[in-house]
Amino acid sequence: MGAGEPGDRERAVAEEGSKNQTVENTLKAGPGTLLGADELILNMGPQHPSTHGVLRVKLKLDGERVAGSECVIGYLHRGVEKIAEHRTYQQFGPYVDRMDYVAAVSNGLGYCEAVEKLLGVEAPPRAKVIRTILTELQRIASHLLWLGTHALDIGALTPLFYCLREREEILKIFEKYCGARLTTHAFRIGGLQYDAYDTLEKDTERFCNDFHRRIAEYEELLTGNRIWIARTQGVGILSAEDAIAMGVTGPVLRASGVQWDIRKAMPYAAYDQYEFDVPVGKTGDTYDRYLVRMEEMRQSVRICMQAIQNIPAGPILGKVGKVMKPPVGEVYHAIEAPKGELGYYIVSDGTVQPYRVRIRPPSFVNLQAFDKMVRGHLVADVVAIIGTLDIVLGEVDR
Amino acid sequence: MPAALQATLEFLRAYAGPLIASLVIVAVLPLIAGYVVLVERKVMADMQARLGPMRVGPHGLLQPIADAVKLLLKEDIIPEKADFWIFWLAPLVSVTAAMLSMAALAFGPAFQIARDINVGILFVVGISSLGIFGIVLGGWASNSHYSLIGALRSAAQLVSYETAAGMALVSGLLLGGSLQIRTIVEEQARQGVWFIFLAPVAFFIYMVASIAETNRAPFDLPEAESELVAGYMTEYSGFRWSLYFLAEYANMIVVASVATTLFLGGWMRPFASVRWMGWVDFLPPLLALGVAGYCVYRAPRQPVPVQKLVMLGVAGLCALVALLLAVPLLLPAAFFLKAGIHGAFWFVAKVGAYIFVFMWLRFTLPRYRFDQLMRLGWYFLIPVSIVNVMALGVGLVLHWQYRVNLWLALGGTTLLTLLIALWLVWADRKREAEALQARGGPGTPAADSYAG
Amino acid sequence: MLDKVIFYVFGGIAVVSAALVVTRRNAVHSAVFLITALLATAGIFLQLRAEFLFVVQIILYVGGIMVLFVFVIMLVNLDVALQQIQFSRQKWVALLVTLALAGQVGAMLWWAGQPGKKTLPLPVSVAAPAEKLPANAEAVAHSLFGPYLLPFEIASLLLLVAMIGAVVMAKKKV
Repeated sequence: MGAGEPGDRERAVAEEGSKNQTVENTLKAGPGTLLGADELILNMGPQHPSTHGVLRVKLKLDGERVAGSECVIGYLHRGVEKIAEHRTYQQFGPYVDRMDYVAAVSNGLGYCEAVEKLLGVEAPPRAKVIRTILTELQRIASHLLWLGTHALDIGALTPLFYCLREREEILKIFEKYCGARLTTHAFRIGGLQYDAYDTLEKDTERFCNDFHRRIAEYEELLTGNRIWIARTQGVGILSAEDAIAMGVTGPVLRASGVQWDIRKAMPYAAYDQYEFDVPVGKTGDTYDRYLVRMEEMRQSVRICMQAIQNIPAGPILGKVGKVMKPPVGEVYHAIEAPKGELGYYIVSDGTVQPYRVRIRPPSFVNLQAFDKMVRGHLVADVVAIIGTLDIVLGEVDR
Repeated sequence: MPAALQATLEFLRAYAGPLIASLVIVAVLPLIAGYVVLVERKVMADMQARLGPMRVGPHGLLQPIADAVKLLLKEDIIPEKADFWIFWLAPLVSVTAAMLSMAALAFGPAFQIARDINVGILFVVGISSLGIFGIVLGGWASNSHYSLIGALRSAAQLVSYETAAGMALVSGLLLGGSLQIRTIVEEQARQGVWFIFLAPVAFFIYMVASIAETNRAPFDLPEAESELVAGYMTEYSGFRWSLYFLAEYANMIVVASVATTLFLGGWMRPFASVRWMGWVDFLPPLLALGVAGYCVYRAPRQPVPVQKLVMLGVAGLCALVALLLAVPLLLPAAFFLKAGIHGAFWFVAKVGAYIFVFMWLRFTLPRYRFDQLMRLGWYFLIPVSIVNVMALGVGLVLHWQYRVNLWLALGGTTLLTLLIALWLVWADRKREAEALQARGGPGTPAADSYAG
Repeated sequence: MLDKVIFYVFGGIAVVSAALVVTRRNAVHSAVFLITALLATAGIFLQLRAEFLFVVQIILYVGGIMVLFVFVIMLVNLDVALQQIQFSRQKWVALLVTLALAGQVGAMLWWAGQPGKKTLPLPVSVAAPAEKLPANAEAVAHSLFGPYLLPFEIASLLLLVAMIGAVVMAKKKV
């Protein structure tokens, strides 16, 4: 049929369009598809094994090639920012853990530092160093989970379990430190709630020493693997200009060749005291993002090793009152979370509750690049690209 | 109707053996497939620093039975907009094809279901290729995009790789000089060499193609979990789903058996033609005895009395197998049983080893993308397999007509094939690099379509 | 006796499914019945001890060509196909051709029934015992590469030409 009944085809397309109005508006059908067949609209998610949570992607397919895409988000929206307006500054602390729930420590760090900036206090040095250690461990844990699931999406079953094995060690350290593993709420505004437990240095050192060997194991499984290279090289290329234009941050930006790391550019916590490199990629494809994240894990280990050498003594909590009433004003503070720039914009009206909290989650912004990266690729690459963006839907939807 | 009755009786008299054997296959195959799944999960767990199923029975030994019960009791869902009859028919087609193709296989000189038809290998290949209809029709009938894409992928993949597999089989058949399963194995016994050593390239090609044909990783695209949820099986549940599963594992056994028959010497023992290696015969009973001893040793340490009993039961079973394997060796009167029993043992062992390699690859390698899969098939495997068949033919003619040493002739042609294969790989990499260059960088076609 | 039963079972299946192929409106159902018809034909081959033909029928027609058929049918929009007329309008020509064919077959059957006439052995008549036949594959090979070498080569050339033609027509741009 195909060319014989153009009327039928148009009608079919129109019917499909009325069902998916938004898709029809945003995704214009290409002039000619392979075999002259109708374009297929594939709804990926919100329940799909590899959309990492509840992301829903509407794909417009020509055969198996993606002609356009639209991300539908909001399935996990809990109104975190609105909740903040009805909680005191301290009460809101645990909520941020539930945004990027695989990197709760980083979320907490960003929030605490933002409020500290608003209050005009600074955490004592000991608190800063311990914060740095835990945050870097959290970065490794987050990247490990990314590596495992990304590899699983591409079809390698085994790395996931190795990654979870190592992540478990980090979670044990968290558990020993604050009693929680996932949503840790590890830090307090002004410093720390708990001092470092006795063997924190030793545990961290043991983990770091072990981890060098482990990461070599992952690289053995993936880096040189011909199938892995074929599946990731040249897939989802994001140029530096595009990345900057869309506000992409974190490893995704660095893999496109932009040397931008807030830890270096606007140091916070204790990062200015430590030596580490910021790995950058060349082509901005999925393979580069993989290499960048692998190297970041090594650098995190390096930071941790430096930090545990010298944890200054002293208090762990700065001078903050039980009732926090920041002066009227606003503040924006960003940290380099595992997934990119995590920014908190807080407006204070002088009461115990923030007037407005706006969170700039890296996953949400990075997800913008999805459509650009996915066009012209195959369905299998869609999965690889979702994986390589390393999004957490809790953070995208908030 | 005396005529019909007479016909029935005649039929039964002639075919009672095969009928019983096929009933046994239908009854036992699900159990075997279940235990292959258990072994796979255990192997996977071991490679992934886990324990695998441990709860049902000692070391999860009863897991397959629990799984089967669960699958039977699950709600059987047929989507409302599915094509009912085809949805109903498709899994049956898959599983029937897989089971029927076993009819011609010979698991040892004494165990063959159908009469040894003189096109045995072709029969197996042809019937097992019918399984594709189960996948394609099931995917279509589900009325789901994921299923449909899975089915389309499966059809394209199977048609592509069957060519390569067929060509690889032809290499083995050329060496064996027959299509009859028994003759092929006997020919390997006569020449004193497994055909894998005479045609290594063909074996490799068959291995790759057979992984693709059974939809196993790294070629498991039709059911690629991360992309297509479960591919053609997405809408299936409960017992129908388990039929697909059964078919997949039965197909694995079939391709492993074909490879064993053609390339690995069938039911021949390793070093069968070397006189002083006769002691190898004693390994199987000793092995079974060892397993039995280990089970007895572990039995008191099981926490629950039932587990102790099951452990002892397994030990008894292993001891029985050991006895069965030992009797023809120790009792001269029972020597005539040796070929059958030991043949079956070695055949099963080889099939198991082949399937183990399947599993090993599955847990190690990432999945190919569909276009890469097709490129591997059409640009590499099929040309190499065709070249290999031609080269092998030339080598054999050199050997038969011109009395060139067999190893020299076949070694030379194998080398030639490998060189051509290398050249193909090189050309493919070059093409790939060019394609990458054409697509990469800013201002790509992808960017244009975004603008428009 | 048994042979006859098997023949009539397979023959019946083949005829009924062949009829269903043309009468079903759903193209996939038609394809399924076509597969059934081809399989039943293969069964008749097997019953005639033509094992090689049986296998070739399955590998080529069922396992190869029909897979491609189904593959293409799945890409077609069946809702559109349902609205199209099922039979083309050349009823009278079709009837004529069918009658001619039926006459031919009937004449042949009648001819074979006459005593003393030399004809091709009809399928129902007898199946030779397996032991007396040469190996199937070899017999086919000998006739293909022996007396029928030229037609065989011509046929393969024809197929090659058709294949190249199909590729050229399908490929829009090089």
